[in-house]
Amino acid sequence: MENQAIIEAEGLTKKYGHQIAVKNLNLQIREGEVFGFLGPNGAGKTTTLLMFLGLTEPTSGKVRVIGFDPTRDPFHVKEKIGYLPENVGFYDDMDARQNLQYIARLNRIPDKISSGRIDESLKVVDLLEEVGKKVGTYSKGMRQRLGIAEVLIKEPQLIFLDEPTIGLDPDGTNRMLDLIHSLSREKNITIFLSSHLLDQVQRICDRVGIMIKGDLVAMGPIEELAKKKLGVDKEHYTLEEIYMKYFKEA
Amino acid sequence: MRGIFTIFRKEMEDHFSSIRFLLISALIVMVGVIIASMVGMGIQEESKGMAKPTFLFLWLFTSTGKLFSFVQFIGFFGPLIGIFLGFDSINRERVSRTLSKLLSQPIYRDAVINAKFLAGAAVIAIVLVAIVLIISGLGIRLIGVVPGSEEVLRLAIYLIASILYISFWLGISILFSVIFRSTATSALASLAVWIFFSFFISLGAGFLADAMAPIGQSGAGMDPTLVVKHEQVQRTISLLSPMTLYSDATTTILDPMRKTTQALVLMGPLERLSLSRFQSPLPLLQSLFIVTPHLVSLVAITFLCFGICYLVFMRQEIRTV
Ligand SMILES: Nc1ncnc2c1ncn2[C@@H]1O[C@H](COP(=O)(O)OP(=O)(O)OP(=O)(O)O)[C@@H](O)[C@H]1O
Ligand SMILES: [Mg+2]
Repeated sequence: MENQAIIEAEGLTKKYGHQIAVKNLNLQIREGEVFGFLGPNGAGKTTTLLMFLGLTEPTSGKVRVIGFDPTRDPFHVKEKIGYLPENVGFYDDMDARQNLQYIARLNRIPDKISSGRIDESLKVVDLLEEVGKKVGTYSKGMRQRLGIAEVLIKEPQLIFLDEPTIGLDPDGTNRMLDLIHSLSREKNITIFLSSHLLDQVQRICDRVGIMIKGDLVAMGPIEELAKKKLGVDKEHYTLEEIYMKYFKEA
Repeated sequence: MRGIFTIFRKEMEDHFSSIRFLLISALIVMVGVIIASMVGMGIQEESKGMAKPTFLFLWLFTSTGKLFSFVQFIGFFGPLIGIFLGFDSINRERVSRTLSKLLSQPIYRDAVINAKFLAGAAVIAIVLVAIVLIISGLGIRLIGVVPGSEEVLRLAIYLIASILYISFWLGISILFSVIFRSTATSALASLAVWIFFSFFISLGAGFLADAMAPIGQSGAGMDPTLVVKHEQVQRTISLLSPMTLYSDATTTILDPMRKTTQALVLMGPLERLSLSRFQSPLPLLQSLFIVTPHLVSLVAITFLCFGICYLVFMRQEIRTV
């Protein structure tokens, strides 16, 4: 199972007028891996995610997510994937449980099943004590954690996380990273995350891709990229060094 | 239509728990009750000792109290109800960043817009039915007349026309909430359209009619064909306004004494009482026949408006930014 591709993109391109946001992207993500998607601001990371989700139509190229075309078959794709957008939004005048229940209902999860899952996922992100409060009163980090809980209630096969640790305190960040790791290892959920925090990416990702101005300039396991860019014998390296090398070349 | 019922249900809950809805219904109930009691007491006084004229019950809705009749009130204020219920329905979710999340769930994209429109229309229907029932109850107590089956039918047609009319405005405001990212802008744009239709169309109609068929101020020596033409031009243009469509249709339906959709003078209960001695009412079918084109136009513009809204929404780029 480890080798099966869960996301496949071929010549994927997105243009906004004359501006090319994503240029001829070819990429394969294997089931169960944690993939880190890196790149400077405006590189096209979010745009790529939106195309995988079927929320933005590609200008050209092919993409298959869990075996379906997200533009033609958005339904099957959205049923099985979770998406945490950058700056996730909630209905501020409802409490955490009501927010999650609404999403559960939209996913046609019966209330009987969802109420258990809601408690479970709120516990995972450590929000059970705040459950009665209106989400409008939540701090940024709490909203981010609630976003994760919301993704978990639909028990997805594949999760897209757009900058998941932004706004989390150090302890929260660690727990988020552990959670992501365990989701992948214990439940074989594929994680595709975009982030600017390279040390975190280095901790949890099996492979990374670096996108600069719409071009995927590098892709592979971190050690491999290190060998290629920093020389064979270098023992201690950071992802940041590799990233900066690619960035300066581009 | 996956997801439509869930969204519909949430929208209804949102409406019913909102202060906005509370204010709207409080205002309508207040005005409705005041008008109905004024009219009801007026009728009670004036019809003492006389045989009750037919369709007395409908007068509750069509007679002007001191200021305006209930029908006129809904004709003027109704658009605001539609606008209040819809002006931020889509862009609110954009601002709070819930729209992209909603659309990344396994639902059809059109379920969002359909559910929001239907929920708004349902709220409108509930409010209108409630107020008509309240007025009827009050009227039965005050004037002691129970509505006959024809009156009930006429009221039902009136209700349908009113729901359509206000839903049209709901559609307009949802359209602006799709187009504009800011809720303030969409509210202002909807109000601008409302003002345009309620004031400028009739002004413009008079202006154009004057230009095309000039009739002087002097009453004497006017060419009758010119007067007729003047009137025709004015009517045709003002029929472009949903308000004229609506008010013409509803007054005709609710007032069987009228033979055309055009009112020349407003009448209070007393004038009507005296007039009704000389006239015979128009049968329901005839009234319906007169207003069918109006009703069809109302349905058409409502669907047109919602259709545009739907198309714009379906083609829009959804971004969290
Ligand atoms: N709707 C749009 N219209 C025009 N240009 C757009 C649109 N959406 C995105 N872009 C452009 O596409 C490019 C890629 O944007 P994108 O949001 O994918 O970047 P990103 O890699 O996610 O950046 P960040 O790290 O800041 O989140 C940017 O230059 C942006 O200006
Ligand atoms: Mg981004």
